[in-house]
Amino acid sequence: MSLTVKSPGMLSLIQDSGRFGYHSIGLTTGGPLDSEAFYWANRLLGNEADAAMIECTVGGLKLIANVDTVVAVTGAVVEVKIDGQPVEQWRGLSMRAGQALELGYAKEGCRCYVAVAGGLQVKQSFGSCSTVMREGIGGLDGDKLSAGTVLPIKPSGTTPLKRLPVDHRPRYHKSVTLRVVLGYQQALFSDLQKATFFSEPYKVSASCDRMGYRLEGAAIATNETALLSEGICLGAVQVPADGQPIVLINDRQTIGGYPKIGSVIGIDLYKLTQLMAGAEVFFSAISIEEAHNELHLAHCRREKIELLSIE
Amino acid sequence: MRIEIAGDSALIAYFSETPSPEVSQRIQQTQVALLALMGESIVDTVVSYASLLIVFNPLQTDFWAVKNALVQSFSHENTTASDAGRLVTLPVYYSEESGPDLSALALAAGLSVAEVIDIHQQQEYRVYAIGFAPGFAYLGEVDQRIAAARLATPRMKVPRGAVAIADRQTAVYPAVSPGGWNLIGLCPQRMFDPDKTPSMPVVAGDRVSFESITRDEFLRLGGEL
Repeated sequence: MSLTVKSPGMLSLIQDSGRFGYHSIGLTTGGPLDSEAFYWANRLLGNEADAAMIECTVGGLKLIANVDTVVAVTGAVVEVKIDGQPVEQWRGLSMRAGQALELGYAKEGCRCYVAVAGGLQVKQSFGSCSTVMREGIGGLDGDKLSAGTVLPIKPSGTTPLKRLPVDHRPRYHKSVTLRVVLGYQQALFSDLQKATFFSEPYKVSASCDRMGYRLEGAAIATNETALLSEGICLGAVQVPADGQPIVLINDRQTIGGYPKIGSVIGIDLYKLTQLMAGAEVFFSAISIEEAHNELHLAHCRREKIELLSIE
Repeated sequence: MRIEIAGDSALIAYFSETPSPEVSQRIQQTQVALLALMGESIVDTVVSYASLLIVFNPLQTDFWAVKNALVQSFSHENTTASDAGRLVTLPVYYSEESGPDLSALALAAGLSVAEVIDIHQQQEYRVYAIGFAPGFAYLGEVDQRIAAARLATPRMKVPRGAVAIADRQTAVYPAVSPGGWNLIGLCPQRMFDPDKTPSMPVVAGDRVSFESITRDEFLRLGGEL
């Protein structure tokens, strides 16, 4: 009951929904950068909502099934093949023992999710098996996958093949608008700086990783730079002295001392984390009440979507 | 206490403009009371110098409910800091061999190396915050006489266990990492061990004191040079 990594591609990490409750000892959250694609991969296979899978950045992953199983590939648009035959994303795919699953390179978006029926069987550390390479925690040995690694699979019953209707599949664009709730040190930013932030385009820089997305565009630096270090939440928009915003994501450090104008709302983050260098980002303001409403609506809509059976 | 939105599922409470053991203790007490009141709907909390970040599950609660609970949990008590937290004593092998910045720091401070070591040991430090890396505890305040600015060029590699000073903070590096603090010794005690329970010898709110040990004791306690 396992998969063998033939090639890990650019960067493949084991992720479950993330590590929570351990900020007090300095451990970050980790977890899937695109929580939408992660959700659908598990739901398509009838897995537990936080079952562990592979997050593959950019592509190039090749796996061999060592058992008859069912897999699903969601997230970035990528060419997927089983034993050389092109197959569809966002659906359950039967694999026989010995067959190879191969991902090409992302054409839209940049992060793919590869789930297997039952989920990967990985020992948890601090309540999660999410890999955070900087901390050397999670996954099989706190590191990315490498060629030859054997990934055990949890036992599961028979998995009916299902697909997500095309209309409900997330699309990944090269220009996105992210909704931001103003907060933290927003009072330190002038009205003009806020207006600039919410009207100018920002470009995704080449130096982005699982800690943060650095953006380049109109500077919005505050004069206030000497802050006491404080907790940083998911999506926080930090503005260092050069005025170029950084959106902090899953592997962010738990505390930091730069001014923050507010945070990108959770349901919009996947739009950002699917972007590659050079893509365009706009910000728009949203109130906390609207943000809570949008979150609940998105959650209800998602729960109501019915998967289609494949004959 | 000033409460601000942090994100759609987080808020932050500022307790003071300046950190102090009293502020730190008030943050701790508020955190404990809030967790008792809100339970499972609180996902994570981050205690820092003068603030408390609260991450909540937005499908179970919302900003306004957590804000109300936080106001209710706010500790008004003005107890003395000395009765809070456990006192943890950490052994340190202070020397020029284990602390490459010790003599430069002494020279800049106009003190002898022995005086720097003495002054570092005299103080009881408060764990103000844990972050930067797993197990990295920010301890304050260092006596003004041995406070030292960060190195102009940070080291690429600070060894695990390095005991260091930056401004009026001191810390023990839990793992090999880059760092710009002044290194004055080595502690054989692991500050973060993922295989142990608890994984850290201290938590925010505890007090720490340092105790000088010899080179032999350091090696016997598992220290590596």
